[in-house]
Amino acid sequence: MRRVNRDARARVSLTLNGRKLAAEAEPRTLLCDFLRHALGATGTHVGCEHGVCGACTVLIDGVATRSCLTLAVQAEGREVRTVESLAAPDGELNPLQQAFRDHHALQCGFCTPGILMSFTDYLSRNPHASEAEIRDVLSGHLCRCTGYASIVAALKRAARRE
Amino acid sequence: MKPRPFDYVQPDTVEEAVAILAEYGDDARILAGGQSLVPMLNLRIVEARALVDISRISALDVMREVRGKIEIGAAVTQNKLLAWPQLAEKLPLVAAALPHVGHFQTRNKGTVCGSIAHADPSSELPLTLALLGGEVVLKSERGERVLAAEDFQKDMLTTARAPDELIAAVRFPLANGKGVAFREVARRHGDFAIVAVAAVVEDKNTVRLGVGGMAGKPMVRRFAREEAAGAIAAWADALEGYEDLHASAAMRRDLFRNLGPLAVTEAIRCAA
Repeated sequence: MRRVNRDARARVSLTLNGRKLAAEAEPRTLLCDFLRHALGATGTHVGCEHGVCGACTVLIDGVATRSCLTLAVQAEGREVRTVESLAAPDGELNPLQQAFRDHHALQCGFCTPGILMSFTDYLSRNPHASEAEIRDVLSGHLCRCTGYASIVAALKRAARRE
Repeated sequence: MKPRPFDYVQPDTVEEAVAILAEYGDDARILAGGQSLVPMLNLRIVEARALVDISRISALDVMREVRGKIEIGAAVTQNKLLAWPQLAEKLPLVAAALPHVGHFQTRNKGTVCGSIAHADPSSELPLTLALLGGEVVLKSERGERVLAAEDFQKDMLTTARAPDELIAAVRFPLANGKGVAFREVARRHGDFAIVAVAAVVEDKNTVRLGVGGMAGKPMVRRFAREEAAGAIAAWADALEGYEDLHASAAMRRDLFRNLGPLAVTEAIRCAA
């Protein structure tokens, strides 16, 4: 049994985008803040902090999860993937990112990392998702710029539906 | 916002979990998927001295068929149940209701038992459990007890769980090829329903209807098929509904008067 008192700091070890990292966190530290402030991975954005906007979505053991609704201590031993893992080391965009770029599927870009991580999970389960399925999964994200049309177009391209 | 400080405890077994609950009593909150609890902690609507994280207790991450019921452990996520190949055959009403529970991303972590424990009055899974006549398995150091769904949920966000008890599992009775239907109206797909209705055809004369979002907990009634529409209208008036940010009581009654007969018709068609 693991127990961390409210005033104590626990050492949290995890794999972030293939690298083993560790840092300290209080029990109340949210995973999104741990990634940004303790590990310096600022690609993950923090929006509403109650699970509605989807900006903070990351993969934990391959599964799209709200990092604002996950405690840092809960990520102990887990494999976490963030938007920083998507492009090749030389900066070449992956097909999902390239589809977003080609379709102007982002304007301010605040919501984009979360959407990319959601669909990294979803399209791995359902590579040729229909538009209805895409829209259903996209309903878990808020974008205040695009009106979603260009995001849907990019995701249809990524799912090779157009 | 960020949560206030709390102790974090991660028991490895159910026995350890109930021992911790006995120690902290009212001051502890059980953390499974955290999709309802953590938002409330972040918004500081809820305060806890300790969080008891049961999400890694492997004995709770099981689904099994026991004497005509499907038992779902407290660590089973909503998407794990949704991905179960036999769901549509064994629990068709749950298969119809689950896609309305939150979003793909929250179902990845949110648990079936957590929805039941949270007991939101318009939430889909408590409605489904109540309509099917399911059970909630509660464990504590004092032993185990099994409550019928209608005895478990008392009112809005209020259940019969004692502070030292852990919801170890819920049990949904097998549907046995009955006609079912689920309908809801929400502001946005994935939001909590304003009104949700579910129907099960009992036999060629009788249908059972459940409604969420009209009272502090899901309400269930039986009707003769041909009298359903009139009976639903009268029931809507009797329940009154309630007003909140999303809808007036009158709008809730109206939604129920319209959704109720639709669900009954759909369930009968599904049974045919």
